[in-house]
Amino acid sequence: MLELRDITAGYDRGAPVVRGVSLTLAPGEAVGLLGPSGCGKSTLARVAALLHRPDAGTVVLDGTPARGWRHRAPREQRTAFGVLFQQPRLSADPRLRLADAIAEPLRATGRKDQIPTRLRELAPLVGLGDDLLARRPHEVSDGQLQRACLARALVLRPRWLICDEMTAMLDASTTAALVAVVESYRRESGAGVLAVGHDRTLLERWCDRTVGWAELGAATGMPDVA
Amino acid sequence: MTAHRTPDPRPAPNPAPTTGTPPEGTDEEPGAATAPPRLAVRGLTVRFRMPGGRSVAAVTDADFDLAPGECLVLVGESGCGKSVLASALLGLLPGNAEATGTALLTDAHGATELLAAPETELARSVRGRRIGLIPQSPAAHLTPVRTVRSQLEETVRELTGVRRGAGLRAAAERAAARAAFPAGHLDRHPHQLSGGLAQRAATALALAGDAPLLLADEPTTGLDRDLVDRTVDELRRHAEAGRALLMITHDLAAAERIADRVAVMYAGRIVELADARRFFGTPGPRHPYARGLLDALPGRAFTPIPGMPPELGDLPAGCAFAARCDRATMTCATLPAPRDGVACHHPVPPEREPDRARTA
Ligand code: SF4
Repeated sequence: MLELRDITAGYDRGAPVVRGVSLTLAPGEAVGLLGPSGCGKSTLARVAALLHRPDAGTVVLDGTPARGWRHRAPREQRTAFGVLFQQPRLSADPRLRLADAIAEPLRATGRKDQIPTRLRELAPLVGLGDDLLARRPHEVSDGQLQRACLARALVLRPRWLICDEMTAMLDASTTAALVAVVESYRRESGAGVLAVGHDRTLLERWCDRTVGWAELGAATGMPDVA
Repeated sequence: MTAHRTPDPRPAPNPAPTTGTPPEGTDEEPGAATAPPRLAVRGLTVRFRMPGGRSVAAVTDADFDLAPGECLVLVGESGCGKSVLASALLGLLPGNAEATGTALLTDAHGATELLAAPETELARSVRGRRIGLIPQSPAAHLTPVRTVRSQLEETVRELTGVRRGAGLRAAAERAAARAAFPAGHLDRHPHQLSGGLAQRAATALALAGDAPLLLADEPTTGLDRDLVDRTVDELRRHAEAGRALLMITHDLAAAERIADRVAVMYAGRIVELADARRFFGTPGPRHPYARGLLDALPGRAFTPIPGMPPELGDLPAGCAFAARCDRATMTCATLPAPRDGVACHHPVPPEREPDRARTA
């Protein structure tokens, strides 16, 4: 289980963008979190992925409360997550070839020996051939880069995938292709998925259940500054 | 050649005056039945010269007309050439690009061939005045050191003649409101705005100029569905007042909401140009790529088109969609010429629903 209990978070203690929000994901479950931009749902997604320390509340990962955040999180908790963001260009290291970007989490966790195998498995899954794998981010399209980011998010076989507006920049076909990859991974691995977005049609098609931001308790935020 | 004339298969951008019934108005009245289209694009082609003598075929042979009051939406995935087409119309291509063909802009100021017009003319009297632009990256379009209000007031002052005082202030606030830009944020600087608000500020600036042709390049990026709807509805109203709107987007829902006609771009070519109601409704698109794109929508089959588009620097000799197309035959190794708005050797027939079964 991934449990978010009574989370309050933000960037200014006086004005949290998430206030008292609770949400639970079962293994193998895909939950859509629907809300307008600026409402704080991305902040909640970052808390769920242990990338942002909440001001109050607890994240409980399979019964164990999270105690550290970002690089301070214990490795087995940190690597339980794969994370995808809206803008692949902001999350991909511009110097790395796509193959190296995908393999980077393996290298960082001392599993270099698995790199060739995992690349052989993942590259066809996300539709990247050798030619694209050898390129750097500025030499590929947004859609191709997001495919690489998805492969990187899956490379450590995470138990939880957090997708924050993963497809907002992408055309319909690339969107359908990437969601299909996430879904086949979910089926085969039993991982849980939290899909954050503002497209109701997409989330309802993709997820087992979709919750609106306003239903999540005393949610707050700044819907006016989308 | 003496008396015999070969008819041009393509409609001429500037029809010769008819000899029978005289046109209704004697002066050039935009919107009159005999008026030329606001924008007539013929054979528009853009090539980028790359290091090593390579060439990238960003746009090839684009043909379309856009009438006053009409909204044409150009759809396609990122990198298909649609933004390059917009840049070509505005004379904003980088130095290594070469544009050929013609793009004739006709409005109350006269007729200007945009590809041949000198940069001085484009800068002085076309961009912002005769063609309003809602840019893809609004941050780059806003002046960082000035507030949104001061930029809006300057645009209103320069382009509409409202000089100063309460009238100017009110005109700027009206422009902001039309783009759903909150009045409480008018005194902010661009860096104090979120992406969505910067987008709305850029839209407000473009609407304030009241140009007869509006070019909107992904105007809804980063906006929620509600705001997408509000923005495109406002653009639609703007067009209905007699201006022409060319919108470029990857958002098919936004396109469906606003378009009179849809142009689908694939690998630098317009592969289908169709009436929007027929395209999104029945009988649906006729080009296999356009069909695939609609089938990929989460409200429809949610099935991706297999594979990825070819590189614009390495296009096949025949149909660029052949490698992904379930209707491809040997014929498709030659380039399909557009017929009835569809560039395909085996378009889906308009009168019957195709066999939707897939082998996957
Ligand atoms: S020309 Fe042939 S390959 Fe191209 S879209 Fe039509 S059927 Fe498919």
